[in-house]
Amino acid sequence: MDVAVSTWPRSRTSPWVGRRRATLRRLGFWLALLILLSPVVFVFLWMLSLSLKPDVENTAYPPIFIPRHPTLDNFQEVFTKSPFGQYTLNSLVVATVSTALSLLVGVPAGYGIAKARAYGLAAFVLISRMTPGLSFLIPWFILFRYLGLNNTLWALIITHLVIGLPITIWVMMGFFEDLHPELEEAALVDGAGIWAAFRDVALPLARPGMIVAAILAFIFSWNNFIFAVVLAGRETRTLPVAVFNVLTFEQLAWGALAAAALIVTLPVLILTAFVQRQIIVGMTAGGIKG
Amino acid sequence: MMIAVGSGGRGDARRAASSYRRREKYLWFVLPAVVVIVAVIVFPWIFTVFMSLHDWQVASPRTWVGLDNYANLLSDERFRAAIGRTFIYTLLAVVFPVVIGTAAAILFHREFPLRGFLRSIYILPMVATPVAIALVWTMMFHPQLGVLNYLLTRVGLPPSLWVYSPQTVIPSLVLVETWQWTPLVMLIVLGGLATLPIEPLESAVVDGASAWQILRDITLPLILPFIMVAVVLRTIDALKAFDTIFTITQGGPGTASETINIYLYLQAFSFFRIGHASAVVMVFFVIIVACSLSLLVLRQRMRWT
Repeated sequence: MDVAVSTWPRSRTSPWVGRRRATLRRLGFWLALLILLSPVVFVFLWMLSLSLKPDVENTAYPPIFIPRHPTLDNFQEVFTKSPFGQYTLNSLVVATVSTALSLLVGVPAGYGIAKARAYGLAAFVLISRMTPGLSFLIPWFILFRYLGLNNTLWALIITHLVIGLPITIWVMMGFFEDLHPELEEAALVDGAGIWAAFRDVALPLARPGMIVAAILAFIFSWNNFIFAVVLAGRETRTLPVAVFNVLTFEQLAWGALAAAALIVTLPVLILTAFVQRQIIVGMTAGGIKG
Repeated sequence: MMIAVGSGGRGDARRAASSYRRREKYLWFVLPAVVVIVAVIVFPWIFTVFMSLHDWQVASPRTWVGLDNYANLLSDERFRAAIGRTFIYTLLAVVFPVVIGTAAAILFHREFPLRGFLRSIYILPMVATPVAIALVWTMMFHPQLGVLNYLLTRVGLPPSLWVYSPQTVIPSLVLVETWQWTPLVMLIVLGGLATLPIEPLESAVVDGASAWQILRDITLPLILPFIMVAVVLRTIDALKAFDTIFTITQGGPGTASETINIYLYLQAFSFFRIGHASAVVMVFFVIIVACSLSLLVLRQRMRWT
């Protein structure tokens, strides 16, 4: 590709014209990149700017881009006006436990599907990805009410398995397929059972795949809104639901709104900065989103 | 078991039988996942079918009504309008991310300074929490105080009512969806570009083809399968889009942005018409599966020709 793009002007035109054209071309390239990236950067910076300004500056017109009196009051307001600490803890517990359970169940399943070539089961995972989350919610809502699980974190953890488990199975299945079977075969020849071959040989080799699955399952559970908005009670709200409620109650307290939004999404953005390679691998392997 | 694997020279039939037995044994690994999937995914499906055949409101006795819920749906104007809106939204929310994402992938496929850093910034929207992002866009869309109208008027364009007018609400929501999910298309197509063979490109350069000709006649046809994967995934996700629409408009103004998913939510959890909503789920599911399957078939055809 690069060869193609960078060499062609030289082949047909004089070196001088060619160089000028190459400069123009490079300028166009960076301009295109600027157009592509500026909306992305703008939205995040605007969120940051809103969260650091007092509301007088936030609702000023024309808008004030760089805070004149930067303040952390908005963040303080978010935490004192509603139990955001509790909601943060809820989100952490739900995302962590559901991710752990997804790995516990999904990693062996991915191994089994890859080894037994049970692709019917894989297709099943794909169909469950197509199903809109809302369609699970009506039966769950009735069932959890019957079991007295509504307004508990367990209801959320169980439902978030629907997000984490398919991701884990899908990623691990692909990962175990690519793993060379010779080592496990050798262990089997040496008299190990298939469980031991899985635990002592395949599992340690699969750690990178497990990290990918865990990161994706955690992020999509953390970001999930639809399950918690129906199933969570006042005490068991997760952060996305809490942020949504701030929106419905405080239409024009933009500073607090932006601060709340930033609190929810900042952990994910920071995580992404450290593990973006794993995220790219996982998202392109399964193209799976919660 | 292990003998069959280790030593050669046995009959093929016996080896095949033993490897089959081993394949069966591996299914034990899948069993816990199957139990979980049956409990949280399959059971709700079956239960939904059951509910859709009843007149079922929360806190009142249920009665068997057969296919009445489905018949009512057919004549429900609001539901039909929601289907139409969902298709328009989906069409726009597939086309824009796929076109822009493919262009972005071609840009990011080149070597340039800070490439890794800029790429990681570019993929941030798709990992950001949708509700948080939707909230920021809600503030940006504000007709009087919003920053978007300020930017529009600064470059000499008329201000817009964005999500506050029935005419512009769907395109505005598509804008948010495009902002958030174009990076995923970019990553999928970028993965495709990385697998391209170098020879056709080299020979095209030798033959004196222009950069545009190379892109149109060689690169794009070769990455078409990957673009189609992106189209399928985008279609599924756009059909079931919920978080941003619900956060920003909740289906409004009026019902101008009420897609099937929003309609479903309101029927089930605002009006508690459980039987009716279950019938909506069934129809919605059929629409999604039909769309994805026809796109997959289309993709297969394209591969063969």
